[in-house]
Amino acid sequence: MSDGPIDHLIRQLSALPGLGPRSARRAVLHLLSRRDSALEILVRSLEEVARTTHACPECGNLDTLSPCRLCRDTHRRPVICVVASVADLWAVERTKSYRGRYHVLGGVLSALGGTGPEDLKLEALVSRVRACAIEEVILALGATVEGQATAHYVADMLRETGVRISRLSHGVPVGGELDYLDDGTIALALTARTQAG
Amino acid sequence: MTCLMSAPPRPETPDDAARPVSALTRLSVSRFRSHEAVRLDDLHAGSVVLTGPNGAGKTNVLEAVSMLAPGRGLRGARLCDIQSNAHPGGPGWAVAADLIGPFGPVKLASGWDAAEDRRVFRINNAPARTQAQVGDFLSIVWLTPQMDGLFLGSASARRRFLDRLVFGFDPGHAGRVSRYENALSQRAKLLREGGAQAAWFDALEIQMAATGVAIAAARLDFAARLGRAAGVDFSGGVFPTARLAVEGGVESALRTRPALEVEEDFAKALRAGRQEDQRSGGASMGPHRSDLAVTHAGKSMPADQCSTGEQKALLIGLILAHARLIRAERAAPPLILLDEVAAHLDAARRGALFDILATLGAQVWMSGADRSLFSDLKNPALFEIREGIVARV
Ligand SMILES: Nc1ncnc2c1ncn2[C@@H]1O[C@H](COP(=O)(O)OP(=O)(O)O)[C@@H](O)[C@H]1O
Ligand SMILES: [Mg+2]
Ligand SMILES: [Zn+2]
Repeated sequence: MSDGPIDHLIRQLSALPGLGPRSARRAVLHLLSRRDSALEILVRSLEEVARTTHACPECGNLDTLSPCRLCRDTHRRPVICVVASVADLWAVERTKSYRGRYHVLGGVLSALGGTGPEDLKLEALVSRVRACAIEEVILALGATVEGQATAHYVADMLRETGVRISRLSHGVPVGGELDYLDDGTIALALTARTQAG
Repeated sequence: MTCLMSAPPRPETPDDAARPVSALTRLSVSRFRSHEAVRLDDLHAGSVVLTGPNGAGKTNVLEAVSMLAPGRGLRGARLCDIQSNAHPGGPGWAVAADLIGPFGPVKLASGWDAAEDRRVFRINNAPARTQAQVGDFLSIVWLTPQMDGLFLGSASARRRFLDRLVFGFDPGHAGRVSRYENALSQRAKLLREGGAQAAWFDALEIQMAATGVAIAAARLDFAARLGRAAGVDFSGGVFPTARLAVEGGVESALRTRPALEVEEDFAKALRAGRQEDQRSGGASMGPHRSDLAVTHAGKSMPADQCSTGEQKALLIGLILAHARLIRAERAAPPLILLDEVAAHLDAARRGALFDILATLGAQVWMSGADRSLFSDLKNPALFEIREGIVARV
């Protein structure tokens, strides 16, 4: 095989997280041999998702509605769970043990990775806490050095708003990113959260 | 707790057979430096001996074993440098082993995910969640020719030596050290670049203080235990007894004051030292500047002033004390890797070393060019490495 569109597709797929060249080749073969039942359907969903999905202007979640479904849900309590990424938001949401709102920072403070406070959605968080009568902010930013530094920084910023601030308990292993944890561990860390800042 | 440490060498008794072991029964090494694919089968507790000419790849096998534990192994190498030159592109190097440990048989593997430039560990074929998890199953200590100058060289080499011994005892120590170093280098980068807000520095320094005090406390606690083990003559004077002290600002503060106070003061000192640290490009105080001071107890002589032979004997004595300590307090002795150690001992000392190793019940991996060095060993698993082939003798 030379460098045609199929190779191009395989290369695109193998660059995705969790896929390598071997699994990408298998996926492409699978799609090509099931044109109607797999390929066409996938093409349509990719197109639709690309056209309709946006970052929620309120919380940063990815959804086809704007504001997102979670922000529209009026039964959610006036609590904000602050997470680094949409992956972490989805991880907490998967546990079904949290019924509050979210705020996606879009990363963590990392001097080594070149992410500073100006790269994160920090001002927007302070405005939401003030504007929406938020009772508690839960910092769910992972146990890495960067995650903990960010949690400290955010707690410091929110201090003047007077909102209650808590952190996930220490059930989260060192260096563990939320998205890699099993649902039970996250649920436990949420219920056993501790007051911070 | 101390009874095992202070017991004199014992002859093998029948219940030694029932004693907990920690031994590899199979090792396979792939794309690892000079070794394309090497397997060592049917290993047992006791000694594993690798012989062969210079450059045959003996140390490479020992290094491969050392990579089964967290850390950078016995050469302190970068992951990419270990990759076999013959396979620059393909899959990364891998080391896999079957281990019989105090928790029964377990499969351990470690390797390099070249695409993501990441170290990976597997326990019973499932990815390990943390490196400390691997450390729970296995601890490994080693002695290499590069360590001969340990007492004369830099404080950082002795500090790394001490921290590695602490890992074997307390697997959580590795995580603490890497967190501390991470926070330290983030702070150094902020200082270099200038302009970051004070709150960002605070956030990093608070973590440096908390992990730094935990590191210092773990070192002090461990050094006290190891010092007790190393102060007992276990070899009839062949390997001298030693006294140990950890020297460092945080460590000395911890000897007289409560940890919380020391932590607060350390954070304050970091905050006050930002300007100076910006000029010097580091952090003027902290457990990253501590040192391990070793004294030849019999002569009350600092190790760096002892003869070359005495220094080597002190180092072997420390490794043996560490193995006794781990066996006494962590159920099973560590794996011991002795690279080219036998060649540098006279016959009497070599015999004494082999006797002590036999009573430890540890699996000991030894290398040497000359097979006759090992003729006094009882029942070793003997391998000859020649032109890339590893053959059982
Ligand atoms: N990344 C690598 N790829 C291939 N060969 C390597 C690599 N790194 C080191 N070597 C080779 O390994 C050999 C040294 O092996 P070593 O285990 O130190 O020998 P010895 O038996 O003397 O202990 C040298 O020939 C060296 O060139
Ligand atoms: Mg060698
Ligand atoms: Zn939203």
